[in-house]
Amino acid sequence: MDLDVAILSRIQFAFTVSFHIIFPSITIGLATLIAIWEGLWLKTHNPYYLQLAKFWIKPFAITFGMGVVSGIVLSYEFGTNFSKFSEITGAVLGPLMAYEVLTAFFMEAGFLGVMLFGWQRVGRKLHFFSTLVVMTGTWISAFWIIVANSWMQTPTGYKIINGKFEVESWMEVIFNPSMPYRLTHMVVASLITATFVVAGISAYYLLKKKNIPFAKKGLSMCMWFALVLTPLQAWIGDMHGLNVREHQPTKLAAMEGIWPAEEANVPLLLFAMPNMKTESNDYEVGIPNLGSMILTHSWDGAVQGLKAVPPEDRPNVPLVFWSFRVMVGIGFGMMGIAVLALLLRRKGRLFKNKPFLALVALFTPMGVIAVLAGWYVVEIGRQPWIVYNLVRTTEIVSPLPPERVLFTLIMFVIIYSLLIGVYLYFMRKLIKKGPPSMTALEQQLIGMKAPGYALAWVKTLQHKEQQTNESPANESQNKTQGDK
Amino acid sequence: MDLALFYFLVLGFAIFMYVLLDGFDLGIGILYPWFNQDSERDHLMRSISHVWDGNETWLVFGGVVLFAAFPAAYAGITSTFYLPIMLMLFALIFRGVAFEYRFKSDTSRPYWDVAFSAGSAIAAFCQGMLLGSLVQGVPADVDSLSSLHWVTPFSILTGFSVMAGYALLAACYLFMKSRGRIQTHSAKLAKRLLLITILAMVIVSLWTVASQVDIRQRWFSGFNFLWLSPLPIITLLVAVLAWRDLHRHSEGKNHHEGRPFWCAATLFLLGFAGLVVGLFPYLIPRQLTFIDAASPDSSLLFLLPGICIFVPLICAYTFWGYRVFAGKVEDYQEGY
Repeated sequence: MDLDVAILSRIQFAFTVSFHIIFPSITIGLATLIAIWEGLWLKTHNPYYLQLAKFWIKPFAITFGMGVVSGIVLSYEFGTNFSKFSEITGAVLGPLMAYEVLTAFFMEAGFLGVMLFGWQRVGRKLHFFSTLVVMTGTWISAFWIIVANSWMQTPTGYKIINGKFEVESWMEVIFNPSMPYRLTHMVVASLITATFVVAGISAYYLLKKKNIPFAKKGLSMCMWFALVLTPLQAWIGDMHGLNVREHQPTKLAAMEGIWPAEEANVPLLLFAMPNMKTESNDYEVGIPNLGSMILTHSWDGAVQGLKAVPPEDRPNVPLVFWSFRVMVGIGFGMMGIAVLALLLRRKGRLFKNKPFLALVALFTPMGVIAVLAGWYVVEIGRQPWIVYNLVRTTEIVSPLPPERVLFTLIMFVIIYSLLIGVYLYFMRKLIKKGPPSMTALEQQLIGMKAPGYALAWVKTLQHKEQQTNESPANESQNKTQGDK
Repeated sequence: MDLALFYFLVLGFAIFMYVLLDGFDLGIGILYPWFNQDSERDHLMRSISHVWDGNETWLVFGGVVLFAAFPAAYAGITSTFYLPIMLMLFALIFRGVAFEYRFKSDTSRPYWDVAFSAGSAIAAFCQGMLLGSLVQGVPADVDSLSSLHWVTPFSILTGFSVMAGYALLAACYLFMKSRGRIQTHSAKLAKRLLLITILAMVIVSLWTVASQVDIRQRWFSGFNFLWLSPLPIITLLVAVLAWRDLHRHSEGKNHHEGRPFWCAATLFLLGFAGLVVGLFPYLIPRQLTFIDAASPDSSLLFLLPGICIFVPLICAYTFWGYRVFAGKVEDYQEGY
C-alpha cells in the first residue's frame, strides 16, 4: 500500500491537537473557578471555599502539566510536518504565537510554581495574586491562539508577495471577522467544561455520601454558573453561526447538510446521513423552515448550499454534520441540567434527587466532548483549505518519507493512550482521596504549614548560619533565636 | 538588516536561557542513577518541581522566535531534523508528566523514576545531536529530509557532551541547593563532570576546526585568534575556579556554595559564544543566513515592542520566582 505523507501528517496533527485541547479547555475554566474560590475565601473566611480551592488545585496541576507537554509538541509540529505552511505564513502567525508565549506562557509558568508550591512561602494575598495571574495567563493564551486560528479561517489584513503572506494591517489580522465570536465561544465553552467537571465530581460525592458539605457547595455554585453560562453560550453560538454563514458558507452548509446551491425554506435536520456521492441526504428527518429561522433569523431565508462549490472544495460533510449535532446536543443537555437544578433547588431536593445527581455525574466529561466536537466542526468544516480559500492543506506538507511520519504517528498513539490512561488513573485517585480535611486546613492556617512559614524559617536559618560562620561562640544565643 | 540582527540576538538569548535553565533541570534527571535512595530522589525532584515548567517555556519561546523572525529557517531546520526533534519531544513528554505523577504514585514510582531519568537523558542527547549536526551542516538537496545525515560520530559525541554539560549544571545546582550527604555527593559528581565537560569541549572544538574549513578560517586567519583567545582562556580559568570551590568543600573549607553553579553557567555561555563565532551569520550553515531568512519588517516591527517590554518583565518575575524558593531545598512535605 502506498502511504500518503499528507494524510499521515494531517492525521498526526489532528490527533495531537485533539489530545492537547482536552487539557486547556479544562484548565482555562478551572483556573477561573479556583481564583473565584480563593478570592471568596479571602473575603468571607468561609473555610469551604479554601477547601474547594485546595482540592481542585490538584486536578488542575496534573491537567495543566498534560497541557504543557502536549502543547510543546504542537509548537514544533507546524515546522516538522508542515514546513511549507510555516514558511509562507510565518510572518503572520509567527509573531502572534510569539506574543502568546511572551504574554501568556511565561506568566502562567512563572506564577504556577508559586500557585502550586508557594502556599507556605508567600502571604495569602500574594498567593491569590499568583492564582489570578495564572488565570489571566490562560485567558490571554486562548486569545492569541484563537487569533491565529481565526486568521486562517477568515484571513484579512494580508498581502501575498512571492507566494508568502505579509501583513498589511495587524489590526485587521488580529481583529479578523471571526475572531471575536470564536474567542468568546471557546472561553465560555471552557468555563462550562470546568463547571461540569466540578459539578460532576461533586454529584458523585453526594451519591457516595462522601465529603457532603464540600460537595454541596461545589454542586450548588456550579449549577448557578451553568444556569448563566449555558444560555449565554447558545446565544454566542448563534451569533457565531451567522458569522460562519457570512464568511464560510460552505462550512455552514456542511454543518446543516444543505446540498442545493441555494436553498430557501431550510428545514432543521434532526437526523440525516449526508451522502457525498449522491450529493444529498439519506434518511432525512427535519422540522420545516426552522433551519431558515435559525440561520437567517427569517422564516424563509435562503442559504448557500454545498453544490455552490465544486466537489473538491467541499469538506467531509457527514463528519461536520454529526460533530455539530453532538456539540449542540450536549449544549442543550447542559442547559436542561441547569434548569432542572433550578427547579430541584426550589423544591429543596437539589442534593437528594439521585437520578439528577447520576445525570450530572454522567456529564463530567461532556464539556470536553462538546469542545472536541466543536473544534471538529471548525477544522474539518474549513477543509480543503488551511488558509481559507487561499491555501490548500495538501499543498503545504513537508515532503518527508511517509514511513517516518507513520512511525511518529504510531508513537504518538501509543504514548498518548498511555498518558490518558495514567491521567484518568491519577484523577480517580485524587477524587477517591477527596478534599483535605478541615483539621488539615486549620493546621495549615496556624501551624507549620501556614503561609509565609517556610520563608520565615529559611530566613532564620540563613541568619543563623551566617552568625555561626562569623562567631561560633554565639551558638547558644542562636538556638533561642531559631526556636522563636 | 539591523532589525534582523536584533532578532538573531534575541534568538541567541532565548537558546542560551533555555540551555542554562532547562540544562540544570534536565541534568537532574541525568543524575538520577547516581542517587539511589527514594528520599534523595524526592529531594532532587523537589529542587526543580516549581521551575521546570518555566524553564521549558524557553524552548517554546526559542521555537516561536525562530518561526516569527526567520520562518524559512524554522521550516528548514524542523523538517530536516524531523526524527531527532520528535524523539526529543517524546522524551520531554515523559519527563514532564513524571513531575506530576511521581509524588502522587505509590506502586508505580520506579516507572516514573525511569520516565524522568531516561526522558531527561534522551532529550539532552537529542539536543546535543541536533547541535552537532547543525554545526556539520545540512545536505542541501532534497535528500536532507529522507536521509539519516544527522547520525554521525561527531553528532553522537556532541550528544554525549551536552548530556555531560547538563549533568554538570545540575550537580552544581544541587551543590548550591542541598545540605549534607546530597551536597557532598554532588560535589564529587560535579568534579568528575567538570573534567568530562572540559575534555568534551576541547575535543569538540578541535574536531570542529579540523573538519570545518570556514570555522577554522574564522578562528585562525590573521589576528582573529588573538581577539578570540579570551574565550578559551576564560573558559579554563572559570573551570579552575569551580574545581577549587568544589575541592575545598571536601576539605570543609569552602564558603562559596553558589559559585560553582555560576562558573558552570559561564562555561556554557563561553561555549555558546564560541559556537556563534564559528557559525555567524548562518542559521543553517552555508545555506541560510539570518538576513536571508528574516521575516518582512512589518512582522519584525510588530513583535519588537513585545520583545522589549516582556522579555525584561519575564526575566524579572522569573527571578522573583527563584527568590521565593531561595535557600536550601527543605524535605518536609510542601506544596499544593
